Amino acid sequence: MTATTAVPPAAGRFRSPRARLQAYAIRHRSATIVVSMALITVAMIILPQVPPLSLIQRQSSWFDTFANAGVFILLAMGLNVVVGLAGLLDLGYAAFFAIGAYTYAYSNSPFSQQDLPFLPMLVVGAAVAAVFGIALGAPTLRLRGDYLAIMTLGFGEIVPIVFLNLDKWTEGTNGIGGIFRPEPLPIIGEFSALSPFAYYILMVGIVTVAMILLYRMQDSRIGRAWNAIREDELAAAANGINTVTTKLLAFAIGATTAGFAGVFNASKLTIVSPEQFLFAVSFSVLAMVILGGMGNIWGVAAGAFIVYLIQVVVLKGLNSMVEGLGIPVLDKINFVDYQYLLFGLALVFMMLLRPEGLFPSQRRRRELHIADELAGPIDEPGVIGALGEAPGSADEFGEAAGEDVPGRDR
Amino acid sequence: MTDTSEVLRADKVTKRFGGLIAVNTIDFAIPRHSIVSLIGPNGAGKTTFFNIIAGIYDPTDGRIEFRGETMIAHARRAWLEPILWLAMPGVVAAVTIAASFSGIAQGTVILGIFATVGVLLASLVTGVARGPAYQRFLSRFGIFRSARPNDMVVAGLGRTFQNIRLFQNMTALENVQVGMHSRLHAGWLDALLSTPRARAEELSSRLRAEELLTLVGLEGAGDGLAKNLPYGDQRRLEIARAIASDPVLLLLDEPTAGMNANETAGLTALIGRLRKDLGLTILLIEHDMKVVMGISDRVTVLDHGEKIAEGTPEEIRRDPKVIEAYLGAPAV
Repeated sequence: MTATTAVPPAAGRFRSPRARLQAYAIRHRSATIVVSMALITVAMIILPQVPPLSLIQRQSSWFDTFANAGVFILLAMGLNVVVGLAGLLDLGYAAFFAIGAYTYAYSNSPFSQQDLPFLPMLVVGAAVAAVFGIALGAPTLRLRGDYLAIMTLGFGEIVPIVFLNLDKWTEGTNGIGGIFRPEPLPIIGEFSALSPFAYYILMVGIVTVAMILLYRMQDSRIGRAWNAIREDELAAAANGINTVTTKLLAFAIGATTAGFAGVFNASKLTIVSPEQFLFAVSFSVLAMVILGGMGNIWGVAAGAFIVYLIQVVVLKGLNSMVEGLGIPVLDKINFVDYQYLLFGLALVFMMLLRPEGLFPSQRRRRELHIADELAGPIDEPGVIGALGEAPGSADEFGEAAGEDVPGRDR
Repeated sequence: MTDTSEVLRADKVTKRFGGLIAVNTIDFAIPRHSIVSLIGPNGAGKTTFFNIIAGIYDPTDGRIEFRGETMIAHARRAWLEPILWLAMPGVVAAVTIAASFSGIAQGTVILGIFATVGVLLASLVTGVARGPAYQRFLSRFGIFRSARPNDMVVAGLGRTFQNIRLFQNMTALENVQVGMHSRLHAGWLDALLSTPRARAEELSSRLRAEELLTLVGLEGAGDGLAKNLPYGDQRRLEIARAIASDPVLLLLDEPTAGMNANETAGLTALIGRLRKDLGLTILLIEHDMKVVMGISDRVTVLDHGEKIAEGTPEEIRRDPKVIEAYLGAPAV
């Protein structure tokens, strides 16, 4: 009995150009990422010089916006590892962002009287964040689902409060200011507030490298293990996956990515203070991951970029546009104030209309559209009919039917 | 690990859930290369016993020896483990405190604090990860903790579940590759750098997975999602996933449940082939008496958590106690 599946086998010669391009992109993933990022970079240099983008703000402001968006792209890609790939809900992700930022602040500011080189500190900041990721993960990963979410939420609250209250070490609410900018790098040039071009190019580099590494991780044995854990933790353990270390690794990698973002952000804003890392950041990043399409690295990056642009550029633009129209009630509304309301609405509608996100991963689409797939071709009605059970519904039946082994954590 | 004639040996294994004794002092052994069946009415404790062997439950009492090594037993001196975790950071902390009183530079004290936290973290992580070296370290202090399910797989045990537990949204091939997880060695650094070793391993694992799919009769189904396979094929895929870790002992929990006569015959043939071709030892829970009597070398009968009979299929068929357990006591 050979199995028949809803997915048609890739028939070598008759594939469409699009399918062939996709197959090529999957086979040469790193090269594809580099080429695409190069194209996007060039497009982002050219587009702000022509209308309509040139009407909104100057080119250098656009670079500034893009570099800041890059911070959120990094954060979203990192959280995607934890939430999208390994399936662990992390509500305190901003904590790792904060740890990366404060690490850089300690190494490069008048407050600490240190001036260490930027690029090594980028790695150190990420490493420190990774250590905290493991420190949070080790005791909490025995928990599941809601309990893990609450623990991470707590951690996300604790970190900014610690930075707030340890005045002597962190300058409290004022934060650590006057952080030194990175020293000039070859080719990229000088980092300054007036010409954010260097930050923009550096960010593109970091995002490209992060994306390549994360894709490699996802396609590896470990990525497969994350997926297995997300689908069925007990079955994953019964197939030889050390669930504890594998989940810990997801946490560490997520935290590392946030650490990169934190160091970059601190060096760009030249100030770190606790209110940059409140729950709203964790929430925004999670919303970016969900809107972009959990589990799909490109999708999550695009989602973060779009959401950030909406937050920072579109809502402001909407304000000035509405003011120009002079409609009595509308011109009193400051859309930026309502961004979280709009965010929430967007999430609600997204969950109703397209729960897999804007750019879903193949896997998520399959999971969330079981009904569509069942309507597809089922070729062995005899076998299935005899059991009165459709393929794919086996797990729902199984869960109800007894042997539900409560997982034991030791 | 020495090869003995018995792959697995259970010694007075008991499991209590509150007041319920699910498994009561069972002695049990599986000879190498044999097919042993575990039968009994519903609720006899077969699956509980299975889960104890697979490392999912800790037994309340007794122990299980797998390939000559005690793998599973009730935890011994478990209270000592957290103390061990704290011992090393405690020493570092004590040294730091002593140094701070002796008037050492403040920077050194801060370094000591960092070292304490670092060592604490390191010992915590080793403790949670529980690698083999750590297990050996524990045994030196007389601490014993049962193997976890993944440790059992590494030691050479594969299993399937009573209700199919495939990774539904992964392809059949990926499911089998997950089964190989414990036999692949590419770590996170290999993955990040995409080393030639990792790529070669990935490729060979894919080929091996295709071989295994062919072995269980699923050739060409590798690219389809597990959940889109017909029910019988899902059972076969689960077996392929279980044997992907090259186990010595394969546990099959009701492999023919819900199958028609044709499929059952096919699966029975497959189980026989697995023993012959792969040299597996197989422990089977099964309700279909035709299957049990057809392929088993030995049969063990459980009822109410107790072993009521054991022997060749012929002996079991004639055992009055077994007949009573299944059909009730003869009316007088």
